Amino acid sequence: MTAFTNIPKQVEEVLEKWNKKTSRRTFLKGSGLLVVSFSAAGITGASLLGPAANAQVIAAAQAAGPYPDPDFRQLDSWIVIHEDSTATFYVGKTDGGQGTGTAFRQMMSDELDIAFNKTNLIMGNTEITVDQGGSGGSDAIETDGWPMRRVAAEARRVLQEMASARFGVPGEQLAVSEGVITVKADPSQKVTYGELIGEKRFNVTLTGDNINATTGVAKVKAVQDLKIVGQSPQRYDIPAKVDGSLKWAVDARVPGMVHARNVRPPVAGAKLINIDESSVRGIPGFIKVVSKGNYVAVVCEREEQAIQAARQLKMQWEKPKTPSFPRSEDLYRYMRNATPTSVVQPRPPSPDVIGDPDAALASAAKVIEAEYEFPFQGHTALGPAHAMADPSNGQMTIWSNDMKAYGLRTGVADFLGMPRDRVRVIWQEGPQLYGRTAADDAGFEAAFLAKEVGRPVRMQWMRHEETAWDVKGPAFVFKLRGGLDAQGNLIALEYKARTADYNHIGYNDPDTVLIAQLMGRRPSTPAPGGASPPAEMYAIPNRRRTTEVVALPLVWETPLRVGNLRDPNGPQTTFAGESFIDELAAAAKADPVEFRLRLLAASRDDDEQFKRARSIAALKAAAAAYGWDTRPSPKPLGTGTILTGRGISYCYRKETIVAEIAEVEVNRETGHVWVKRLVCAHDCGLVINPEGLRNAIEGNMLHGLSRALHEEVRFDTEKVTSADWLSHPTLTHADTPAMIDLVLVNGDPNPNRPDLPPYGAGEAAIKPTVAAVANAIYDATGVRIRRVPFRDKSVLAAFKAARL
Amino acid sequence: MSNITLKVNGKTHTLDVDPSVPLLYILRNDLGLLGPRFGCGLGQCGACMVIIKGAAVRSCITPCSSAQGSEITTLEGLAKGGVLHPVQQAWIDEQVPQCGFCQNGQIMTAKALLDKNPDPTDAEIRAGMDRALCRCMTYYRIQAAIKRAAKLIAAAGQSSGKEVGA
Repeated sequence: MTAFTNIPKQVEEVLEKWNKKTSRRTFLKGSGLLVVSFSAAGITGASLLGPAANAQVIAAAQAAGPYPDPDFRQLDSWIVIHEDSTATFYVGKTDGGQGTGTAFRQMMSDELDIAFNKTNLIMGNTEITVDQGGSGGSDAIETDGWPMRRVAAEARRVLQEMASARFGVPGEQLAVSEGVITVKADPSQKVTYGELIGEKRFNVTLTGDNINATTGVAKVKAVQDLKIVGQSPQRYDIPAKVDGSLKWAVDARVPGMVHARNVRPPVAGAKLINIDESSVRGIPGFIKVVSKGNYVAVVCEREEQAIQAARQLKMQWEKPKTPSFPRSEDLYRYMRNATPTSVVQPRPPSPDVIGDPDAALASAAKVIEAEYEFPFQGHTALGPAHAMADPSNGQMTIWSNDMKAYGLRTGVADFLGMPRDRVRVIWQEGPQLYGRTAADDAGFEAAFLAKEVGRPVRMQWMRHEETAWDVKGPAFVFKLRGGLDAQGNLIALEYKARTADYNHIGYNDPDTVLIAQLMGRRPSTPAPGGASPPAEMYAIPNRRRTTEVVALPLVWETPLRVGNLRDPNGPQTTFAGESFIDELAAAAKADPVEFRLRLLAASRDDDEQFKRARSIAALKAAAAAYGWDTRPSPKPLGTGTILTGRGISYCYRKETIVAEIAEVEVNRETGHVWVKRLVCAHDCGLVINPEGLRNAIEGNMLHGLSRALHEEVRFDTEKVTSADWLSHPTLTHADTPAMIDLVLVNGDPNPNRPDLPPYGAGEAAIKPTVAAVANAIYDATGVRIRRVPFRDKSVLAAFKAARL
Repeated sequence: MSNITLKVNGKTHTLDVDPSVPLLYILRNDLGLLGPRFGCGLGQCGACMVIIKGAAVRSCITPCSSAQGSEITTLEGLAKGGVLHPVQQAWIDEQVPQCGFCQNGQIMTAKALLDKNPDPTDAEIRAGMDRALCRCMTYYRIQAAIKRAAKLIAAAGQSSGKEVGA
């Protein structure tokens, strides 16, 4: 009997099962039974692998491929019902820590009619879970949750049909509840899910053109019939994260494993001339220096030996003859003067020009103009990039926390020239990845080195490498002009953005991962890059929006390589857009909330998801939760050292609406800003797990706060000089607001509709935070800060310039 | 290389290693104690935190030889008799972690803080925790969990009259 606990089942347990010759893989091939015996649990119920179990795992892990993709059109690929009427769900996603795994279990349990704590979830293992692409784009619930719900509903339908046949009564005369099917007319006649199908295959073929469209015959439940969705069961992964029993990707170990460290070029764009291997040959445990093109790594038996070898390796590099980039101090001037590589084409339904902005600006009673600047920022994961790769049996098994495990598999197979079904990725938890991070790069490096040395290799980036060489969110400069009529109505708005987004790299692309670039492998044309304008529903009769892309001098092999960083452009563009709306409100001597509501109410048009109506509801909810007093900004200047103020900012991300209010305390003598209180009104439609959502929103807002107050990647003309937590500060305990208030809004005009969809929540709430803080500083001081980050020194300089 | 004797979570281990190797790598790679994690190797982030002589210590910059003769506690050693330490319980009750990678450092720092100061003020929590970094920014919940843990410890102390936890 399985003793199910409210915990994650580790991938190791799955691997352990393989060793019992009744593997998930065999099951997926259709050969019959899947024997499941979950191992004894740790203190919190989480799996603790003893040495004996570990040996089994290792043996299983090194078993030969091939590893074909699980067929997403087979119900058995998604759901297994066990003899004890528990269920295991297999999904192709990864949970970076925002609780999506718990939400998946809730949705699937609900549709299957089984208790949440009788279920279990396996994610992101390319061999045994269907390819849903892993994580990204805040789409876990919004997009990928749908096939999960539909397949679970289909499983319930099939089980009901089986019971119907067993009892000889039509399905509608059966009651289904918590894994038990009962004849309504005679409750003594009942059967459990386990009795009907325990450990056996459904053998049900699903339909759908692609994995997102996967469906059976059954329909999903109406919102009103969902019982587990909308509840807040605790996150199943948390106990193992606090008792020390969780096995992370960083913990992956196999016998014979060796340790690697990269050695990066000392300056960007340098060419490797010579390596003096004798400089490290004497280090105990030294195995090999591996180099190809400008890529260099050392491999040693022990970790500390590899660290020493990487530090000690003597090399000759030839520096590039021209500067690789401007100094960070000169970045914005460089971007303004550069010739754009492209102009971003607007995406329908957002035309780039509405009305006649030039004429409207010429006729305006008041025209104001402002420029804003936003630096390169990094993901800067707390745990530097890492991966472990095992080349046993002519295949490649990679343990990684990469949020797109499936892409890593495909990319590595291409990079190494191996058949795709000889490569697999086992996803395990790791440090947060809010977009395209160096976790991709480390996976390729580990696999390449494992192939080179013929032994399992663990790659671990160092802190300086992570901070300097991880993928960056692009820098921006903005110029905005707005025209008000005599009554203070906004009649024209011109938005011009430039982003250093040229050669924006994708995920796990074998031509653009760092190791490929350093080896000289690259696509013929860099990606053009781009960005969307601020996402709001304001009705402005005359407007023009232009976004241009610029390139830095060094395009390849650069530590300033750009890719997706949480949203990926919203914090930047919303900072400019919502700061400027605040400037216009101040110029119109209007209250910032009322000014925005007027812009939203100016049109009666709305879109299919009622984004305009929901925007109004979110703004009003935020103002009410804060206790907003209606008045223009700035407030009359205080007399003490500490000045207080509040600012609002609003935006949407796809269909999710967010309005945030920041309350600040600003020290006029030091320039220090403390955001004392944050309020967020958040409308993401149907909420799966309110507490989990609150945690995700808090993290989003505080990440936004860190980017507002601290984060900037700095560089001289040849290298990134941000290399650790001193040269690249982040939010700390001392910065934490004293109070955070969240309001979960359902602003749908028909809030109780049975088909209310869930929208994404992984990134929306990071977008408005920076502007809310800037607007609050203005409210407190009358000084407008137009350059991110708002570090003490630069804020104080702005105060002095304004003679505060 | 030389013989180094370490006492970790109540067990004694003797290893033949370079005495200058940071304790972190010995704990993780030789003793299989994976609670402490590598975050910076510079003593800046706290992911590698262990408790030595009652103090939260950054094992990534602590030579293993300097930890000889002292009782070392890792995250795995906090629970006693199958019962979580109140700090760990409070972390679950408040649903603190997101990714959880830094939480070893947060939990060990909080534990050492509460051992010294069982009823910290908000300002003392902020100051005491300040060098434990979290990139999921779970600080707000951590601070709530520390207050909850303080209450759990006080309540347990009153009911049993004994010290709770490690």
